[in-house]
Amino acid sequence: MDMKEIIVEKLKKNFGEFVQEVTDFRNDLSITIASNKIVDVSKFLKEDPELEFVMCKDVTAIDWATRKNRFTVVYHIYSFKNNYFLRLKSNIVEETPAIDSVTSVWPSSNWYERETFDMYGIVFKNHPDLRRMYMPEGFQYHPLRKEFPVLGIPGSLPLPEKI
Amino acid sequence: MEQRSAIYTDEKLIKKLLEDKDITIEDALDNEMVINMGPQHPATHGVLRLVLRLDGETVLSAVPELGYLHRGYEKMAEEMSYIEFIPHTDRLDYTGTMCNNVAYVLAVEKLLGIEAPKRAQYIRMMIAELSRLAAHMIAIGTYAMDVGAVTMVMWTFREREKIQEIFDRLAGARFTTSYTRIGGVASDADSVTIKMVRDFLDQFHSALDEMDKLLLGNKIFIDRLEGIGVLSKEDAIALGVTGPNLRASGVAYDVRRAKPYLFYNEMDFNIPTYTDGDCLARYWLRGDEVRESVKILYQILDKMPQGEILANEPKHTLAHKAEIYTKMEELIHDFMIINYGINPPVGDVFSSAENPKGELGFYIVSNGSGHPWKMKIRSPSFCNLQAITNLCKGAMISDVVAIIGSLDPVMGEADK
Repeated sequence: MDMKEIIVEKLKKNFGEFVQEVTDFRNDLSITIASNKIVDVSKFLKEDPELEFVMCKDVTAIDWATRKNRFTVVYHIYSFKNNYFLRLKSNIVEETPAIDSVTSVWPSSNWYERETFDMYGIVFKNHPDLRRMYMPEGFQYHPLRKEFPVLGIPGSLPLPEKI
Repeated sequence: MEQRSAIYTDEKLIKKLLEDKDITIEDALDNEMVINMGPQHPATHGVLRLVLRLDGETVLSAVPELGYLHRGYEKMAEEMSYIEFIPHTDRLDYTGTMCNNVAYVLAVEKLLGIEAPKRAQYIRMMIAELSRLAAHMIAIGTYAMDVGAVTMVMWTFREREKIQEIFDRLAGARFTTSYTRIGGVASDADSVTIKMVRDFLDQFHSALDEMDKLLLGNKIFIDRLEGIGVLSKEDAIALGVTGPNLRASGVAYDVRRAKPYLFYNEMDFNIPTYTDGDCLARYWLRGDEVRESVKILYQILDKMPQGEILANEPKHTLAHKAEIYTKMEELIHDFMIINYGINPPVGDVFSSAENPKGELGFYIVSNGSGHPWKMKIRSPSFCNLQAITNLCKGAMISDVVAIIGSLDPVMGEADK
């Protein structure tokens, strides 16, 4: 059986209606999961002896701006055993955007989630060290949100004063 | 003057500071000390800032701070067309620019569903390997310089200079090459360029042996690296480390082999691995990788096919300037691509390539318009740096320099 079918079947068997959407574009399989189940699904994918997705390559988010579920959190995970690459997605709402952190499953997601928090303002619950990654601590905005202008907001970054 | 003294308004504190002249060196060693390494430290390879908590000379904990070179490329990418972003990929990992160019256009081509002609792909492979050599030359040279062997950097830069001369002829620029195009490459590699590459490779072997001799006989160099900063296999995977640093810990993962892109599946090469996972293993591994790249380059030169260098996809690839000025169809397509973009179908792809530092991935989300809706750069230096907290714990302060050098981060890439 194809790896794609194995993964989808296993997830559907164990998580049922929480697997919301399965897409396959340019041979990249991506599976949309209900946001409250992300840690369980991650743990399952990592610990299942047949799958062993042990490495989290990347965590990021997409700002859809006008959709009802404004943000999509995207996880890229990899299994050395099967040499297979999988994308997980999870949609979350705009008001108080939050999702559980997967650092307990993949420690590497620590910095990726910090970066996503910095850029999109998505709060990762139970994250051990949720600080901004790139922008200064006192910065008020989240630059990769669509409403943030490319040229920046004047006065948002304190500059040294002339003496 | 008045402004400065205003900080010390507490008169008691000033008095205490003036009176407390009995601090001895023992006091400093007894207590924990927090020091700030970087962002302007020569051994941090750019603008990496490390906050170290020290007990004497032992590092208790290290916290890296990033963002001093954050230029917001992911934000800028959302406002520019796919073609406009190619020059910006040079500025990610600025030691191995061609590798970034290749990785980016491969991602866009995957999104578009097109493929470059065979000759273009071979040229891409050639420049990517040359660029890997150039990047590893900097990595080895600066690494040796960081731990005290200053001659090395002169020797490696001498070799790197020759590679950059090849790039100069091929792309018209030594450093910021921007050589690849969506659907091909900017200019053909003529016989002179091919000969330059071959001449370079022929003399490169002896240069490599010389460098090895220089460092192998250097007891100080070996002693400073052996057993320092050990990264176990499990930790390396858990922390998302890729590239030479992962292979030095014993995982034979190379994107060129795991998910062959271009024509790497036709090439015969080994993936060197070491099991020690210490700083010395990471040094050896880069040396071995350079030799494998040389092997690949010889094969590329032997197998280089003739043919086109740009795909026949008029809606997606920019035609050559000479054709635009003389042919009507090309003029129309050029106008449409420049003004409306190449408009890939709606969807998202993740495409990665093996870069000198690790796996460089581009995650592009398209909504069908001329510019990406979102572009995420999965930069290897950023992911490798995450291991630094683990590696520095319990190390001596002089080892920190060796550890940073062995991880070989480039801040242009880590900060994006």
